[in-house]
Amino acid sequence: MTKVITPKHFNTIIIGAGPSGLSAAARASERGISYLLLEAEQAPASTIRSYQRGKHVMAEPRGLPLRSPLPFAAALRETVLTNWEKSIADYKINVRYGAKVFGLHRTEKCHEIELLDGEILTADNVILAIGVQGNLRKLDIPGADVPQVQYQLDDPMAFQNETIVVVGGGDSGVENALALTGRNRIIILNRAEDFSNCKDSNLLQLTEARKKGALDWLLQTKPKLIEQNAKGEFPITIFAETPEGIERIPCHRVIARLGALPSRPLLESFGISFPTDDLSALPTLSTHYESSIPGLYIIGALAGYPLIKQGINQGYEVIEYILGNPVEPADTAMLREKFASFCSDRGVDDVLEKIQKNVPLLAMLNRLQLRELVLESNILLPKPGEVIFKRNDYSTTFYSVVEGELDIWIDNDDTIDDVVKAGEFFGEMALVSGRRRAGTVRARTNCVLIETPRRVMQKLINSVQSMRTILNEVAIKSVVQICIGVSLSSDELNDLAKHATLKSFAAGEDLFHEGDEADGLYLIQSGSVTVSRMIGGKEVVLFYVAAGNYVGEMSLVSGEPRYATVRAAIATEAVLIDAGRMRDIIARNPEIRGALDARFLQHLQEQERRQQLGTASESAGALGSQATPSNLISFLIQQGVGEATDVLLIDESLCIRCNHCEQACADTHGGATRLDRDAGPIYANIRVPTSCRHCEHPHCMKDCPPDAIHRAPHGEVYIDDSCIGCGNCQQNCPYDVIQMAVVHEQPEPSLWQMLLGIRPKPDIEEGGAKVAVKCDMCKDITGGPVCVRACPVGAALRVNPEELLSYAGSSTGEPRLLDSDES
Amino acid sequence: MQRGNIFDYKNYLYFKLAVVMILIAFAAFMVFEPAVGHYGGSWIGYGLGTISALMVLWMAWYGVRKRRYRSAGTTQGWLSAHIYLGTALTVIVTLHSGFHFGFNIHTLAYGLLLVVVVSGFFGNYAYMIYPRQMTENMGEDSLDGLLLRIAEANKLARQIALLMPDDINNIVTHACQATHIGVGILEQLRGFQPNCPSALAVQKLTTMGNHLSTEQRKLHRELYSIMVRRQSLVKRARQDLMYRSRLGFWLYFHVPFAIALLVAMTAHIIAVFFYW
Repeated sequence: MTKVITPKHFNTIIIGAGPSGLSAAARASERGISYLLLEAEQAPASTIRSYQRGKHVMAEPRGLPLRSPLPFAAALRETVLTNWEKSIADYKINVRYGAKVFGLHRTEKCHEIELLDGEILTADNVILAIGVQGNLRKLDIPGADVPQVQYQLDDPMAFQNETIVVVGGGDSGVENALALTGRNRIIILNRAEDFSNCKDSNLLQLTEARKKGALDWLLQTKPKLIEQNAKGEFPITIFAETPEGIERIPCHRVIARLGALPSRPLLESFGISFPTDDLSALPTLSTHYESSIPGLYIIGALAGYPLIKQGINQGYEVIEYILGNPVEPADTAMLREKFASFCSDRGVDDVLEKIQKNVPLLAMLNRLQLRELVLESNILLPKPGEVIFKRNDYSTTFYSVVEGELDIWIDNDDTIDDVVKAGEFFGEMALVSGRRRAGTVRARTNCVLIETPRRVMQKLINSVQSMRTILNEVAIKSVVQICIGVSLSSDELNDLAKHATLKSFAAGEDLFHEGDEADGLYLIQSGSVTVSRMIGGKEVVLFYVAAGNYVGEMSLVSGEPRYATVRAAIATEAVLIDAGRMRDIIARNPEIRGALDARFLQHLQEQERRQQLGTASESAGALGSQATPSNLISFLIQQGVGEATDVLLIDESLCIRCNHCEQACADTHGGATRLDRDAGPIYANIRVPTSCRHCEHPHCMKDCPPDAIHRAPHGEVYIDDSCIGCGNCQQNCPYDVIQMAVVHEQPEPSLWQMLLGIRPKPDIEEGGAKVAVKCDMCKDITGGPVCVRACPVGAALRVNPEELLSYAGSSTGEPRLLDSDES
Repeated sequence: MQRGNIFDYKNYLYFKLAVVMILIAFAAFMVFEPAVGHYGGSWIGYGLGTISALMVLWMAWYGVRKRRYRSAGTTQGWLSAHIYLGTALTVIVTLHSGFHFGFNIHTLAYGLLLVVVVSGFFGNYAYMIYPRQMTENMGEDSLDGLLLRIAEANKLARQIALLMPDDINNIVTHACQATHIGVGILEQLRGFQPNCPSALAVQKLTTMGNHLSTEQRKLHRELYSIMVRRQSLVKRARQDLMYRSRLGFWLYFHVPFAIALLVAMTAHIIAVFFYW
C-alpha cells in the first residue's frame, strides 16, 4: 500500500466509518472533493462487526430506495462487510484507521479536529457519523492498551483453555463471562458489592456457575494496572484492588465491559446544542442535517436515525448539501405515496406546509422532524360516522386532525362529551398511560387525520420542549376528567391544570404515608399503586389501584391525617391537586363532593371486608398467616404483575404437570413454546410462570430497530414478521419471556399419533434464521389462548391486574376440593 | 373471579347431566320390562347398548381431543364430561346387560369397561391429592436442580471423607454410590429405597464422632451437616418422582384397557349381530 501524504486541510472530514460515514466518503470520492474519513477502530463498521457471526442484517425500511454508491442489501453480516470493504478499495476511500478524535472545535474560518496522538486537522465541513454504539467506555488504567485487553466478545468459541478476567458486573460482562465458561477459567472483577444490576436469569446462572466452580468473582474490586509478562504461561498480569488489598492475577486476556458513554455529553463538549434538557433528546438539526454549529453535520444513529439504510442515504445527501446541491431527500417518493389519497395534486413540500399551517402542534416541529413523523404515520380519511377507536380498545397511537370534526364519548351514555376540530389532536392519553382508550371517537364530517405511533411521538416530545409543555397540560386536563368523571367548566379545568403538579414515582416509592398530613388528591396517570395499612404490626395491602383512578380522597373528605400508605407498584406518574385548591373546587361543585363521598364510603366498606378476611384466614391457620389475600397481592405485585395487562398464572394445587399448556403453545406457534410452566416463583400455590404479561408499557418495544413489536387492539403485545433477530427485546424484557428461536411449520399429528401422544417430527429447515418469539395471547386463534384451553384441569388462568384482586380474595382458605368425584 | 376445577366445572353441569342420564335409564329399565325379563337383546337393551357404545367411542375420543390444540372449546370441559359421563356409563351398561353375566366376550367387554372406569377413579384421586403435595415438596425447585445439588453434595462429602478415618470414609462413599433415586417403577411408586444407604449413613455418622481428633471433629460436623442436607434433598427428589409416577401410573391401565375395551366391544357387537 502506498502511503498517502495527507494535507492538513480538507474540504470535509467525516468522523466514523460506519455505514453513514462510508456512504458519505464514497459519495465525496465520486464527486472529487477533498475529504478524509477518520475511524477510531482498526476496521470499518465496528458496530456491525460486533454482531454475532452469521447474523442476518436486514435492510429496513423496505420501501426506501437506496441512493448511495455504497452497496447495501439484506444479507449475512459477513457479506455486508465484504461488500463494503470492496467499495472502500474501489472508491479508493481516503480512510485513516486508529484515528481517535480527541477534540473538535470551530475556529473563525474552519473546524479544528484534534486527534488523540496530538495531530491537528482542519476542515471546512465536518460530518459526525459515529453512531451510538461505538462509544464504549474504556479501561482507564496504565497498561490498558495492550492487545490482550478487549472490549467486545465476538465469538466465545474462539477461546479455549485460557484464564480470562472479565471486568464489569453488568449484564454484558456477566453474559460474556458465562459464554466463556466450561472451556476457560473465568474471573469477574465487579466494582459493586453484588450483581444487583444484572437480570435475574443472569444472576441465577452466575451463582450456579460459581457453585460448580466454572468461574469466580471478586467484589468491590477495581483494576489498577496491567503488566505484560516477558515469559511464562500468562502473557499479562492484572493488578486489582480488593477490600483486602492488591490482588495479582496472571491471565491470558482481559475483557472489559464497562458500558457505553451517553453521546449527549460528548456532543455538548463539541458545542452542539440540544432543544431540551432531556438526556435522550436529539441534537438540533436543520433540514440539511446541519447542527447548531455551521458546517458541522450529524447523520445516522447519532442524529436519531437508527436504521442502516437511512444512514447510508443521509451520507449521500449530506455531501450533496455541502456541495450546495439541494437534492430531494430519499424519502420524498415515500411521502408522495403517503399523500396519494390526500392532496395528490400538490407537491410534497406543499402538503407538509399545509399540515403545519392547519395543526399548530405540528408546526412546532422542524421540517426534518415532520417528514419523519408523517413517514411513520398513517394518513386516515374517515367518512362521517366512522369510528376511529372505541372505548376500552388497546391502541397507543396519537391523532392530529388536519381537516374535519370528530365527536368524543367518554362515558357509556349517548351524549357527546367533547368535539375535536381541525387543528386539534386526540388520543394523547395513550402517550402516558399505556392503558385502554378512555373514550370512543367518531368522525362527524369527512376528516383528514394523521395517526402517529406512540414511539414516534415520544421521541419528538423528548426533543421539542413546546410540544411537551402543551401535551403535558392537556394530559393533566384529561386525567382530571377521566379520574373524577365529572365535567368541569373549561375555566375550572384550566385553573386546575395550571396548578396541578405532575409527579413521578419509582416502583416501591411511597406517594404518601399513613399518618401524614393530607397534601392533596393524587390522580394516577400511568402505572398503578397499592394502598396498605399497618394492622396488628404488619403491613396489610388493602387495594390495588390502576391508572385512571385517584387516591387520597379519604383524608380530603374527612380532614383527618392519611388513613393508609399508598405506594407505587410500578413506575407511576400521578397528578397532584393541592388540598386547598381541591377543597375550593369541591365547595363550588357539589357533584364532585358527592362522587368523593360515595367513593369514601365504598372504600370504608371494602376495607372492613378485607380486614376481616385477613384476620379470618389468620385464625383459621390452615395455610399459615402468610397466605392472606393481602399477602398474595403483595407477592403478585412483586412479580411485576402490577404493570401487566394480562398475566398467566398457574394454580399449582390443580396442575397435574402434564405440560399440555406448553405443547399446545408450541404446536400452534411454530414449534417454540412461549411459556415455561416449570419456572417462576410460587406463593400460596399460585405460580407466575415465565410467560409474557403484556405490560402496559412493554419493555420489549423500547428498542426494536425494525419496529416489529406492536400492541393489538385487544392488548396483545406481539412481534410481526419484520423481526430481524437482533435480540434487543430479549435483553430488554425484565421477565425473560422472549426467546430467540427458529420458527417452523408444525405439522398436525394424525389421529393415531394424537391418541397415543406421539408428536410428529417437524421438517426443520437447515440454518433457518432465529427470530424473537413471545406470547401473542393467541390473537389469531379463535377461542382465545390455547394454553388455558388445553389445560385439562383448569389450572392455567389468565388475569388482568384489575381481576387480580378479586381472584386473590377468592382463593383464601382451602380451595374447594371434592372428597369424591363420583358423588 | 370464581375458579372451578374439573369437578365443579360450570356449576356441576356434567354431574347433573350424568345424574339425569342415569335416572332416565333407570326409569326406562323399570317401565319397559320385556316379557322374558331384561337382557341385552331386548328393545330397551339395544337402546341402552347403542347409547353405551356411542359413549365409549366418545370417551375414547377424549384422548384425541386433548391433543387437538387447534380445536375450539376448553379441554377442561371435556375432562369434566369424560369423568361424569364415564361414571354414568357403568350404570347404563349394567342395565344394558340386564344382569346376565357369564364366561363370554360380552362379559369380558363389561369387565374391561369396569377396569377402565375404576382406573379412572384412581386418576381422579391422584389429580386431587398430588398436585398440592408436589408443590409443598418442591416449592420453586425443579427436579433437575435437586439432582444437581445432590451431585454437588456428593462431591463435597467425598472430598471431606477422604480426610477422615476409613470407617467414615467407607460409609460416605457407600452412601454416595449406592443411593439411587427412582430406579425401577416399584421404587418410584413407593417413593423410598429400602435400607437407604444415605439414611443409614446419617444414622451411623451420629454416633461416630466420639473418637476423633479435634481437627477431624470440626470436619465431622461439617460432613454431618452436608450428609443431612443431602439426605433431605434425596428424600425430596424421591418424593417428587413418586408423585410424578403416581400421577401417570394409572394411565398405564386406563389407556391399554380402553383400547382392549374397544376391541372387545367391537367383537361383542359383531357377535351379537352376526352370530346370535
